[in-house]
Amino acid sequence: MTKFFKHIMVLAIALFMAAPTLAADDFSAQVDALNGKSFSKKIKAIEVLAEADNDRVVPVLRAMLGGDLYALKSDKTVVIAEKRGSVYLVHKADDGADLGQMAKSDIKKVRVNNKVRTVIKGILGGLTLLSPNVEQRQKAIDAVFNSRDESLLPTLKKAISREEDDALKAKMVLTKAAIELENAKDPETLSAALSVLKETPTPDVRSILTRYVASAPEDMKAEAQATLDAVESSLSMWENVGNLYRGLSLGSVLLLAAVGLAITFGVMGVINMAHGEMVMLGAYATFVVQEVFRAYMPGWFDWSLFVAIPFAFLVAGSVGVAMERGIIRFLYGRPLETLLATWGVSLILQQAVRTVFGPTNQDVSSPSWMSGAIEFTNGLQFTYNRLWIILFALLVVVGVTLILKKTAFGLQMRAVTQNRPMANSMGIKSGWVDAMTFGLGSGIAGMAGVALSQIDNVSPNLGQVYIIDSFMVVVFGGVGNIMGTVVGAFSLGIVNKFMEPMAGAVLAKIFVLIALILFIQKRPRGLFALKGRSVEA
Amino acid sequence: MAQSMKQKTVLLGFLLNDRGGQILLGLLAAAAVLVPICNIFVPESSIFHVPTYMVSLLGKYLAFALLALSVDLIWGYCGILSLGHGAFFALGGYAMGMYLMRQIGDRGVYGNPILPDFMVFLNWKELPWYWYGFDAFPFAMLMVVVVPGILAGVFGWFAFRSRVTGVYLSIITQAMTYALLLAFFRNDMGFGGNNGLTDFKDILGHDIQEDGTRIALFLATVAALALGYIICRYIVSSRLGRVLLSIRDAESRTRFLGYRVEYYKLFVFVVSAMLAGVAGALYVPQVGIINPSEFAPAVSIEIVIWVAVGGRGSLYGAVLGAFIVNYAKTYFTGALPEAWLYMLGLLFVVVTIFMPKGVVGTVPAFKDLKKKDGTSLFGKSTEAAE
Amino acid sequence: MKFSFKSILSAGAIAATALVGTAANAADTIKVGVLHSLSGTMAISETTLKDTVLMLIDEQNKKGGLLGKKLEAVVVDPASNWPLFAEKQRELIEKEGVDVTFGCWTSVSRKSVLPVVEELNGMLFYPVQYEGEESSRNVFYTGAAPNQQAIPAVDYMLSEDGGAAKRIVLLGTDYVYPRTTNKILRSYLNSKGIADADIMENYTPFGHSDWQNIVADVKKFASAGKKTAVISTINGDANVPFYKELGNQGIAASDIPVVAFSVGEEELAGLDTKPLVGHLAAWNYFMSAESPENEEFIKTWKAFIKDDKRVTNDPMEATYIGFKMWTQAVLQAGTTDVDAVRQAMYGQKVKNLTGGVAVMNTNHHLSKPVLIGEIQEDGQFETVWSTDGVVKGDAWSDFIPESAKLTADWTYPYVCGNCEKPKYAGVAGM
Repeated sequence: MTKFFKHIMVLAIALFMAAPTLAADDFSAQVDALNGKSFSKKIKAIEVLAEADNDRVVPVLRAMLGGDLYALKSDKTVVIAEKRGSVYLVHKADDGADLGQMAKSDIKKVRVNNKVRTVIKGILGGLTLLSPNVEQRQKAIDAVFNSRDESLLPTLKKAISREEDDALKAKMVLTKAAIELENAKDPETLSAALSVLKETPTPDVRSILTRYVASAPEDMKAEAQATLDAVESSLSMWENVGNLYRGLSLGSVLLLAAVGLAITFGVMGVINMAHGEMVMLGAYATFVVQEVFRAYMPGWFDWSLFVAIPFAFLVAGSVGVAMERGIIRFLYGRPLETLLATWGVSLILQQAVRTVFGPTNQDVSSPSWMSGAIEFTNGLQFTYNRLWIILFALLVVVGVTLILKKTAFGLQMRAVTQNRPMANSMGIKSGWVDAMTFGLGSGIAGMAGVALSQIDNVSPNLGQVYIIDSFMVVVFGGVGNIMGTVVGAFSLGIVNKFMEPMAGAVLAKIFVLIALILFIQKRPRGLFALKGRSVEA
Repeated sequence: MAQSMKQKTVLLGFLLNDRGGQILLGLLAAAAVLVPICNIFVPESSIFHVPTYMVSLLGKYLAFALLALSVDLIWGYCGILSLGHGAFFALGGYAMGMYLMRQIGDRGVYGNPILPDFMVFLNWKELPWYWYGFDAFPFAMLMVVVVPGILAGVFGWFAFRSRVTGVYLSIITQAMTYALLLAFFRNDMGFGGNNGLTDFKDILGHDIQEDGTRIALFLATVAALALGYIICRYIVSSRLGRVLLSIRDAESRTRFLGYRVEYYKLFVFVVSAMLAGVAGALYVPQVGIINPSEFAPAVSIEIVIWVAVGGRGSLYGAVLGAFIVNYAKTYFTGALPEAWLYMLGLLFVVVTIFMPKGVVGTVPAFKDLKKKDGTSLFGKSTEAAE
Repeated sequence: MKFSFKSILSAGAIAATALVGTAANAADTIKVGVLHSLSGTMAISETTLKDTVLMLIDEQNKKGGLLGKKLEAVVVDPASNWPLFAEKQRELIEKEGVDVTFGCWTSVSRKSVLPVVEELNGMLFYPVQYEGEESSRNVFYTGAAPNQQAIPAVDYMLSEDGGAAKRIVLLGTDYVYPRTTNKILRSYLNSKGIADADIMENYTPFGHSDWQNIVADVKKFASAGKKTAVISTINGDANVPFYKELGNQGIAASDIPVVAFSVGEEELAGLDTKPLVGHLAAWNYFMSAESPENEEFIKTWKAFIKDDKRVTNDPMEATYIGFKMWTQAVLQAGTTDVDAVRQAMYGQKVKNLTGGVAVMNTNHHLSKPVLIGEIQEDGQFETVWSTDGVVKGDAWSDFIPESAKLTADWTYPYVCGNCEKPKYAGVAGM
């Protein structure tokens, strides 16, 4: 009896769903069904909603995708809630009626998972494909490409005929080809689709083709395979370019970490084991600056790094000056003892940061202009944060070189390091120059910290990760030579990245270390050895 | 005891002038007698009772002291600053660990009579070739000195022949230990990866957790340290030691005088690595674990710091430094767990600034020793050597 | 010379008294050892657990302590140095006379401590998810075993709701937990019809920070046509750069979902989670769980740590459950004697913070619910799936042949941690 009743119900609901539009009441009911018990029920509700001719569909689905869809705890009405400080501004989902402010305890989130998100994205894509807004169409076509839903084909064709933007149109044509390849039956359409796909060798296309080849009908198999091979070969060429980019990127990270050391260790001869901690201080300075921005100027957050760079320089630089005046100046002429003292300082700094900020990672966010990647149609991808870091590293090197070569301070600095008594007798205040030089090296390490905070943990251990690599780079390049450090850093980075696909990350690193040891046998004073009498000192 | 001292002085003439060494050996002999007595015969309630954990702890300090001694031999007397000596220590430790692993036999959790547990769950079917022979104690002990010795020999032969010196040498020794660290972390290497070797049961048929075994290990470490000290002292007070000192103070000049500097360096480097290996082998059964973190460059830097704190170039200073720093570590990590790094860091800073010659070069009592000590050369030349 | 000898001797005497110490005032308090790294690489995770234990002890003392005595925490710092863990555990038991220890995070630290607690018959509560393959008489494992975390997570990823993955990437840090877990998972995946060709396994060293190539490789592997999911056993430190790289290379959770076993609220606190929404984690606890106990716990924690931004995580809940169970067992046994408390531990029940009840089994592992959550924008997890009831922790995995035949049961007639048959089989049969 009950079973029979159920069947009737199911049938009724099915009929309901088939109806082209939903009456207002049913629309509300469907919206409330978004808060169904299981994800599959939610997906059904979404699909039904998508058919409804109601201008609330897009905002509701957007809210669901963005995690802003909630249900009232009192009567399970589905609402859209936006967080404003500690309260939520709540609107009814089905008609947008304002329900005022509510506390978090009054509402419960409508759960979504990856599958639901994918479905919503696809549907939203279909719904906004004909939108007058270019950006929306851009998003829509990406979503349609990912869902490759056959039912969208007519809309897509309409969109292609209307589209004026060439890049968008190309993407639409590609999407159409992909959908046709997966669904069409007649060989002509299939061949046409294959030739479109062949023109755009991207990893996505490779994935579509690979799948198609596996299930292609006999008569299409050879053609599909040939297309796939063409795509593969074009992709593999670009992979080498990708490796090069990744090597440059690793190199720039090493370079940033090592440039400061090239000054304190390379030029001044101080074995500064606390160098890594200067980098760490720079990263924490970034964190502090970002906290201030978050609290007082959230709108300007994207600019926080521009404040963080000089601030990190000052923080790390002044710690460096304090270290030089307080400890290191007593140790000139005894470089190995600077190792001992600076090791002590590094322990103290680590623990100090742990005491002040706590031992856990701190959240340093990337500004929007550092997130994401430039994607080329061939699947090559340059991530923005690493691109900026490469640029930043080069800028720092240029800056340092200019300071050393073109300023009076640079001249004095070189004079003091080459011959202290002579420099003194020429009226240079060698104590002051020492302090400033050490401050400069430390400050640059601090700036490196700003960059590293964008790709690594901001934790008290940050410095320890880079200290050994930094020493290797400086020694490999040749102590006392900034150019050597640059070449050293980039070559170690690139060699490492080309080894990695062959040997794996660990072995690649081991090989690089062994290569370094062997290299030092050949050139015991590094890549660019200083010539002259100072060498033996 | 007095009698034995006398005999030693007759046999070992080079110790006659070495006041500090005599005191050190005397203290070691005293420890060898008193610690077991205070552990076994003195009742627990007495303040003179030495608990068993203290015996192992002292044993660990002594192993570290031997390690520090090996670093002082090359750094203090030949100017070779190795920032990778932890590697030799760890290799010696692994050799001992492999022996101890093989002794577990079928008492591992999976009951495999041949394969250690970690190999069983990594699906290894047979023992890798480099594990062969480690079930025999004499072979394992041979490897304890041979493996570090060979590594030091090969590494040193390349480095000294190419005249890699100073900070370049320091950094490539660091690269060496870092590469080994990464290699030993790999589970595919067959040394237990990050977990290393642990859960030891017996050594030479004696339960490793028994008080008797612990005392025996302690005594073995005392003996090794004494012997190590005598070897080092013998080397530095021989004619060869004079050449080493001249290499330390003016390498080029020594070479111009016709000495094959690289051979002298190589010899002392290999001896030092072997001593470090022995220290590692004694350390492992007393702490119960060997894992790749011993290869970490930071560990090697710390060894150098022990020597610097104690006072480099005096041998007994290295022993003292190892004791001071490690005792400070043990004490502060328990007493001031949140602030011990401040204390340790401060200790290093203060020692460098106010005691540039380490404890033995600064504390009046030790300075007094120093004057009577004919073998050590403190003064300007030490500083110039760097 | 005389003077110098004397000063050496007196220095020695001072050192000796300091070394020997005194264990005189042990009677009036119950000492609880806390063995978590407060410095070095693991401090980042372990310090939180030290604070958790201190908070729990504080709470208990406010309620009047245990058996009429106050609890006293003995905190030491093993400094992420594995041999030091063993040394400090020995010091805690022999010198400080602690009745129980809460501690360790990494497997290697636990392995290092193990012989010491067994020799001295101590009691250790280990609160972190781990690879299993162990059951010691002296250790209670309150974190998840692989069958309480990894297997349910894989089930979810293979299910319709989880995206029906057909290709799996196993990414891990090269140490025993990922190796063992992945070994178990591989054999489980094979049993689910996923061939070895569809499984990619990759290991990286600790603290690996340059993930460019590996993330690119994952993308390449995923482009081979079938729905791909990543199962990550990447350890603490390396996660932040890994997720940053994922976000930047544009891998959205709807394309290639990543499910992690070592990423909790604490790790996410150091990250901008906007690009990571939808990636998953499997745990026995999420801070977002809705229960009065959890609300209370979070409130107490924030008040104790005096920071409103601090989060709670799974190992904290495991510590909480372990601590509650221990106090209950002590009350039941009426003593802190290790042997008596151990007997009282079996069957001990404590309310989970996520709802339901955790039970201590005779294999020294807990029965706990398993939750799978998706990362949200605010750095929290949203539970998308959970087991109906609790799952019993397996000390020995059924998916490793050598270990499937072993049983851990510390009650009669087995009384052992790794037996093929009961120790007292004959007696029991009578």
